[in-house]
Amino acid sequence: MLRVVSTVLIVLLAPAAQAFADPPSPPPEIRAADTPHDRGRSVDLSWSPSASEESGGVTRYVVQRAVDRPEEFHAVVTLPAGSRAYTDTSVRDGVSYFYRVRAVGPAGESESASAGPVRASQQWFNPRKSNLLVIAAVLIGGISWFIFQASKGRRLYIRKIAGIEAIDEAVGRATEMGKPVLFIPGIEDMDNVQTVAGLSILGNVAQLVARYETRLEVPTRRSLVMSVARETIKEAYLKVGRPDLYNDAMVYYITDEQFAFVAAVDGIVVREKPAACFYMGAFFAESLILAETGNSVGAIQVAGTAMPTQLPFFVAACDYTLIGEELFAASAYLSNDQKMLGSLKGQDVGKAIAAGFILLGVALQTAASASGNGALVNAARWVSSLFRINP
Amino acid sequence: MTGVERIELWIGALLTLMVYSFLYRDNPFYKFAEHFFVGITAAYAMVLAFWNTLMPNCFGQIAPSLVGHVLPTAAENPANPVRWIPLLFGLLLLARLVAPLAYLSRWAMALVIGYAAGANFTRYLQSDFMGQVRSSMVPLLVRDAGGIAYGSSLSNLVLVAGLISALAYFFFSKEHTGMFGRASRFGIWTLMVAFGAAFGYTVMARVSLLIGRFQHLGRWLGDIF
Repeated sequence: MLRVVSTVLIVLLAPAAQAFADPPSPPPEIRAADTPHDRGRSVDLSWSPSASEESGGVTRYVVQRAVDRPEEFHAVVTLPAGSRAYTDTSVRDGVSYFYRVRAVGPAGESESASAGPVRASQQWFNPRKSNLLVIAAVLIGGISWFIFQASKGRRLYIRKIAGIEAIDEAVGRATEMGKPVLFIPGIEDMDNVQTVAGLSILGNVAQLVARYETRLEVPTRRSLVMSVARETIKEAYLKVGRPDLYNDAMVYYITDEQFAFVAAVDGIVVREKPAACFYMGAFFAESLILAETGNSVGAIQVAGTAMPTQLPFFVAACDYTLIGEELFAASAYLSNDQKMLGSLKGQDVGKAIAAGFILLGVALQTAASASGNGALVNAARWVSSLFRINP
Repeated sequence: MTGVERIELWIGALLTLMVYSFLYRDNPFYKFAEHFFVGITAAYAMVLAFWNTLMPNCFGQIAPSLVGHVLPTAAENPANPVRWIPLLFGLLLLARLVAPLAYLSRWAMALVIGYAAGANFTRYLQSDFMGQVRSSMVPLLVRDAGGIAYGSSLSNLVLVAGLISALAYFFFSKEHTGMFGRASRFGIWTLMVAFGAAFGYTVMARVSLLIGRFQHLGRWLGDIF
């Protein structure tokens, strides 16, 4: 009986014992290629599993790399058993690399054939993003068309925006009261389009201020914004023929730290008591603190931001708020710049196209869901795929 | 509590009280805290920009062996002469300080703004346009194992109606009158409902910040008594 049991055990455990006795067999096939459609500095590796993996003879794979010649391999990364691919992003473009993948188990490490040479390179065009190119081309085409129309003298209609009329009213009130106008062009730097839009509105406010001979205060959180704001205001004062009233001190940098900036602006508001406060640009958690302080000194307040999380605070605490895209529309409307108006009209084309595709997608999805028809399901998937964001 | 921790606790508590004194009115304590905060952070931002941006990304790339004496990681890379270009543009910004050359600073500003516009275009187009259009294509009739999922169907209907009407509100090329005007008004109502929900949610988050400050003051009072 004992002999029978031991024979059965030997037969059953022999393969496992064998797996732990010898080093694992190497991955039979290793492939290395430049990562397609990328910006370079990347190589894709893939391999077939080691024959020893199934019996538990592999615990990890070690990817090794050599430069120029298949000699002197160095470990790049260690991956767990079951891994089949790795993307090496620590390579340089134009350099020849060779790769090995060794299976490692309790009984040791396998040999490995090498793959290569492979060179990473950058591609100019990523065909996976063709849909992005087409959509961008349609939008840019629409914008260019309206700019072209505007340059030919065609009047571009833009509907009235409630907050814009309030700008005149606010500056007029500050003039009557002999108090300054405070303008905060957001707290972000010049790489944020909301700051650019805010400074464009600042140009218009500065023209009014110069015309009415009112005092303007523009504290900034970024030094570059301060420089651009100064240029904007100087140009506005020149435009209305009052360069004598301009001085650099009306625009000043405070600090880069968000809440230190807010503390300083709050101090300015309660000490200077501006009659009009403008908050135009990108804001974060400080929006309510600024608007509440302005409200406490009785200032008429006009805000504009495209930050969805801060809009509720401006809507609650300010007299007028330019909501989201109204901020960009207002800067185009006020500047009366044909390029900006054309751009705004072009964006409207984009919105109309988006609304059309959403309605089409919703109709197809609804019909597909209601009927279960395969053709409708495929059509809904195809429309949806037009807007897929590919890596 | 060590002596250093006790000093930190006291500075934190006193500055908190000084800042909160603004709730009563502007006063010398608030002014002190304000100027203290601004001064320290402005200096800190300058030091941070020098050591975290200028040294590793500019000077360390132009003259790694030289900068390597004070910033060892800089010496690991070869010299990168391309970095002279951003340095040149950075110097152009400083041209504002010399009146006859002030116009040169506009080139650097134009570069920053132009780059930001171009770089952001595809990013926003993907996240704010393509991504949102795709995720808004939802069925108004949702089915599940038991038949029609009324809750999900209603959610999708509200989503699509709110989205299309809000888009109508942000359409600037057409007067908001008639049917279009009604859709636009529904859109602004939808936005206001969303703002109300966001307001309440954020106020809750702010209350948690206040609690954090009170806990700090509580530790301080505990240390005193």
